[in-house]
Amino acid sequence: MNLLEVKHLKKYYATQKAVDDISFNIASGSIFGLLGPNGAGKTTLLRMITGIFYPDSGEILFDGRPFHPEKDIINIGYMPEERGLYKKMKIGEQVIYLAQLKGLTHAQALEKAKYWFTRLEMESWWHKKVEDLSKGMQQKLQFVTTVLHEPRLIILDEPFSGLDPVNANLIKDEIYRLASRGCTIIFSTHRMEQVEEICDHIILVNKGQKILDGTVNAVKQTYKEDIFRIDFDGKLHPELLAIHLFGVIKAEEKSLILKRNTDFSTNDILQYFINKGMPIQGFQEILPSLNEIFIRLVENTNATARQFVTEYTNP
Amino acid sequence: MNKTWIIIKREFLSRTRKKTFLLTTILLPLLIFGSYAAMIYFSVNGESEKKIAIIDAGNLFGGKIEASRNIEFLFVEEKDAEAFKSSFQHQGFDAFLHIPADLDLENPANIVVYGKEQVGIGTQERLKDRINKAIEKKQIQKRIGDAVSVESLDSIKANAEIRSVSLQGGEEKESNATVASIAALITGLLIYFILMIYGSMVMRGVMEEKTNRIAEVMVSSVRPFQLMMGKILGIGAVGLVQFLIWIVLILALQLLIPVLFPGVLEQMAAQAPMNLPGQTVQQPAPSAMLAALSSINFTQIILCFLVYFLGGYFMYSSLFAAVGSSVNEDAQDAQQLILPIMMPIIFSFIMLTKVIQDPHSGLALFGSLFPLTSPIVMMGRIPFGVPGWQLALSVALLVGGFVCTTWLAAKIYRTGILMYGKKITWKEMWKWVLR
Repeated sequence: MNLLEVKHLKKYYATQKAVDDISFNIASGSIFGLLGPNGAGKTTLLRMITGIFYPDSGEILFDGRPFHPEKDIINIGYMPEERGLYKKMKIGEQVIYLAQLKGLTHAQALEKAKYWFTRLEMESWWHKKVEDLSKGMQQKLQFVTTVLHEPRLIILDEPFSGLDPVNANLIKDEIYRLASRGCTIIFSTHRMEQVEEICDHIILVNKGQKILDGTVNAVKQTYKEDIFRIDFDGKLHPELLAIHLFGVIKAEEKSLILKRNTDFSTNDILQYFINKGMPIQGFQEILPSLNEIFIRLVENTNATARQFVTEYTNP
Repeated sequence: MNKTWIIIKREFLSRTRKKTFLLTTILLPLLIFGSYAAMIYFSVNGESEKKIAIIDAGNLFGGKIEASRNIEFLFVEEKDAEAFKSSFQHQGFDAFLHIPADLDLENPANIVVYGKEQVGIGTQERLKDRINKAIEKKQIQKRIGDAVSVESLDSIKANAEIRSVSLQGGEEKESNATVASIAALITGLLIYFILMIYGSMVMRGVMEEKTNRIAEVMVSSVRPFQLMMGKILGIGAVGLVQFLIWIVLILALQLLIPVLFPGVLEQMAAQAPMNLPGQTVQQPAPSAMLAALSSINFTQIILCFLVYFLGGYFMYSSLFAAVGSSVNEDAQDAQQLILPIMMPIIFSFIMLTKVIQDPHSGLALFGSLFPLTSPIVMMGRIPFGVPGWQLALSVALLVGGFVCTTWLAAKIYRTGILMYGKKITWKEMWKWVLR
């Protein structure tokens, strides 16, 4: 069952095609990764899913029905990348205010706020103002305001930026917990190691178009490059490496990383080393990281991608 | 519950619960009242009594120099100024005035006032005024001869009053142009300040939402139009409440004046004609003043004031909101964009000053109908009487005007509120409207 289905969505601005014919489905209860360099159209896409923008054409189905911004708003929690809260407002009042705007009554909002504040050990913040909180604390508060009304679809744009490892783990655990209770989560980011860890399914967007779609494992399988690692229980003699079966990527004293030549199978390689009398301890395929796939796909497309890569590699 | 209503409530409460709101709302009238009371107090009791001796060496004035408020004159027998310098203090004088014997009345000079300390400028001015009056009298007496006394000439000074009656719609209506002008100016000025103050309050509120980056969180829950209208209505309610408090406070304090300063008003009324030398316009007598006040239709003024307050506020505040949504942190950008909105407000104020002088001119008619200027200009006309159809047309146009500006502003706001990091020009804003 898909909670969200996006079909041929388009949004053109005067100067660029922000979202150019994108389609994808999100299964109910899954954690979905939306990846893409800066300016790829992620934010525009999310704004259409949250009802902030109307698409120029295309269709969004929410729970099988056409998406209705006003009715479905209570089912969506959106934490934008540009986040913010009223700085001068008391935190308790603010949380209740934002929940009321989602459609909760004052009593419901109060009850849920109390639950979350206790859960995340934020009770002492109730009468403080947002400006008294540190950036990381504000981030935590923002997360609470996003999920407070128990939406079925939670959209998080770069949820971990600015969080220390302890709080990042805390939020991560909450995300898992929400997903296990049936919430569907869209997770937009360009931090690949988090995507690999958290997401079930990803799409990669670049220049307004979808260039990749699949589960994390399937994507890795698609982009694997026949690279293997062999560990030996003994010293590796360099003269053994001059062979047409594979190219050497990296040779160490007791291990070897190689790239298989396409005409041969992994068994040929293993057979070769067995025949040479090398005691083999381990053999495994090295799959590319999402980061490598990402850079490879985006880099040969345009300048914004290059800008993105430099930013990414020096975070 | 309606979401716009929730927003209105927050905008209203977050402002009225602030300490600055209480300070400005309560302290401002107290301040105005305080300075008003101080002015009355000092004008009555400001200066200490002074006793001044006059040495009229040539006996030119024969003892005839009028006393002034707080200053008592005494002609002394002593004719030698040098000798008197050492003794005047012992005789209880604060100072003495020496008029030389050879004073030339055509060109009076060498009149000196000697005092222990220098006499104040107020005292010196009053002395000068009295001496001049006395010299003038003497000169007039010289020209007209002894047959007529100057005092009898003084008594024929005329003081005519002109009553103004308008014959509108076949009925006679007494009016007073001065009182009407004052009422017109005050109400027009108030609307001017309301548009400026509350308009920029809306703008700052929108800018705050944008710079705090909360706008995107908000528009994922409510429509931008609801957010904008909630802000405008909430701040409008703040303005309305603030005004009501002011009006009540000022009325209450006014009632307090006679209690706090018993006898002050009577004293002022008694002293007024005498104490203001050189004033050419005579104050109308209290009864005439009351008649003039009652000739003004206060109910109509207050009703119209509320209508134009709200109409003008809605029209301009949505424009202010549009500007607020289009600028980034940079206050200077806001200044540039806000100029085209300030222009009609300032322009209508200039119009107001002309309209008060001639409330039935073509300019006045145009200004009071055109929605961008009518809130201020119409207030300038109402105390002088405005035909019903003009009032109705003006209000209808004003309603149309604010529907238009709100529609325009909503389109700009919708796009602008989510636009970051780019400097926006009027041309671009216009594109957003057409989109």
